[in-house]
Formats: sequence, C-alpha cells, structure tokens
Amino acid sequence: MTIGIVVFPGSNCDRDVRWALEGCLGQPTRFLWHEERDLSGLDAVVIPGGFSYGDYLRCGAIARFAPVLQEVSAFAERGGPVLGICNGFQVLTEMGLLPGALTRNRSLHFLCETTPLRVEPGTCQWLHHYASGEQISLPIAHGEGRYQVDPEELRRLSDQGQIVLRYVANPNGSLGDVAGLSNQRGNVLGLMPHPERACDPSTGGIDGRRLLEMACA
Amino acid sequence: MPLFHARVQVTLRPSVLDPAGEATRAAAARLGVHGVQRLRIGKSIEVALEAPDLAAAEAQLELLSDRLLANPVIEDWTLELAEAE
Repeated sequence: MTIGIVVFPGSNCDRDVRWALEGCLGQPTRFLWHEERDLSGLDAVVIPGGFSYGDYLRCGAIARFAPVLQEVSAFAERGGPVLGICNGFQVLTEMGLLPGALTRNRSLHFLCETTPLRVEPGTCQWLHHYASGEQISLPIAHGEGRYQVDPEELRRLSDQGQIVLRYVANPNGSLGDVAGLSNQRGNVLGLMPHPERACDPSTGGIDGRRLLEMACA
Repeated sequence: MPLFHARVQVTLRPSVLDPAGEATRAAAARLGVHGVQRLRIGKSIEVALEAPDLAAAEAQLELLSDRLLANPVIEDWTLELAEAE
C-alpha cells in the first residue's frame, strides 16, 4: 500500500499529510511532483492544501492543467480513492471531479480554528469508519472556503447524500453548510477542514485519523 | 499571422455574494460617497492573440474565457475583440 501525495509549486500541507500517514499511521507515501505522469503502484491519491501555483486567477484554476492531474482524473474514473484537502478540494471542483466552487469567506477573514462538523458518510468510502450523524472536530485554515453552487444542484447533492460533511456552526457562509463533498460513486472526497492536522493527540485531537486510515485500508 | 487584441471582463454571477465588493462599498461611505447602491469586483484580462482570422480568434478566446479565465459556476464573462492596427 502506497499513497501518492500531489505536490504543486505552492503546496504547503504536503509534508503534514506525509507526517500523518507515515508518522502516525505507518503508511508509505510517495510525493507526486506536478509534472509526474506515473501513478503506478499507488492505492490512493491525496491532493493537499496550500496555494497551488500561487492560486493565481482562482484557487486551483491553474493546477487543474497540471500533467499529474490528468492522471489523477483517470485514476478517479477507474474508481481509485482520491482525497482533496482545502486547496485540494478547490482543485477537485476546478477539475470537475466535484461540482460547485469555493469562494471568498463571507467575513473576508482567513479562518484558522477548530470547528465542529457533522458527518453523513453515505456511500463515501473515505468516511466509512464514521457513524451517520456523528459530530467531530477538525481544524480549518482557509480564506476561500465558501461553497457555492446553484440551488437545484445543491438540492440534488443533498438528496443524493453527497454532502458528507456539514459545519455545525457555519464559519464562512458555505451554502448548505457544506464542509465536504463526495462524488456519487463515493471514491472522491473534497473537504475544507484538515484531517491530517488531527491525527496525533499531541496536536489537539485525532478526529481526522479514521479518515486517513481509509487510505490504508 | 494577424494579431488580435482582446479584453475579457470576468464578473461574479449576480447570485454570488461578493464580500470584497461589499467591504469596498462600506469604505466608499467612509470616504463620503454615500450614494453607492451596488459595487461588485471583477477582473479585466487583456490578451494579444495571433490567429488566421477574426472567427478563429473569437473561437480561441471563447474557449480560453470559458475554460480558464472564468469559472462558469460562479462567474460570467464578456469578450471585446479587435484586430490590431
């Protein structure tokens, strides 16, 4: 089992994800530089947080054209597990692997705090170890996390159980309190909170651990 | 090959909240300009493009605007296009 971690110029949570997977969970990882095209031998791929390519134009807009993401897209279409955290979630929406877009927080503030979330795992394989309706706490750290999508699509996502993580106290103005979204098949998850920062009791909580453990399953 | 100059205006769709625009509108009042009813911030992107003719230039710029410069989920765009003198 090896987990790929995508690294763009400007990624800054790639090493945190490696620490969580290798240091906390004992899982081998491989960094995938943005020009990489070889995903062979990987069992899951994580797109970490940060500011890919400086997030010029829009968050994730330039990253979407990275060679490695063409391969990640094909990997996801084959059913491979893909996890996008924070900037990684923004990238997944720009790629079209998840619907909607993430826009500037309503308050305009960069939010860096621990926030309560309600989990509705549905068919999302990344959240298999969480109970339906379970409340957890994870850190958020973003300036552009306000989820936006047209109302019909939001209803459809809700009806299909794809809104798998909702804020309990909506911090950023996200429509539908969306904090995390799964694709219909359940193998792709994008979320604004940072599970990799909640895997070691010494950093204040381990609610993210069961999520990342799915990459090792 | 002929050169074309284009300007792509990218604006947030009307249904999308623009907190930066709202903050700027609040600052306008503090400056003493009290009549501002609406202020929305977008982007203006200048492009110089080589293409065989106007129709080809337009097609390329539409692709560029729709797939890269704007995100149609949250943004609208308009295109002004002219052949360089």
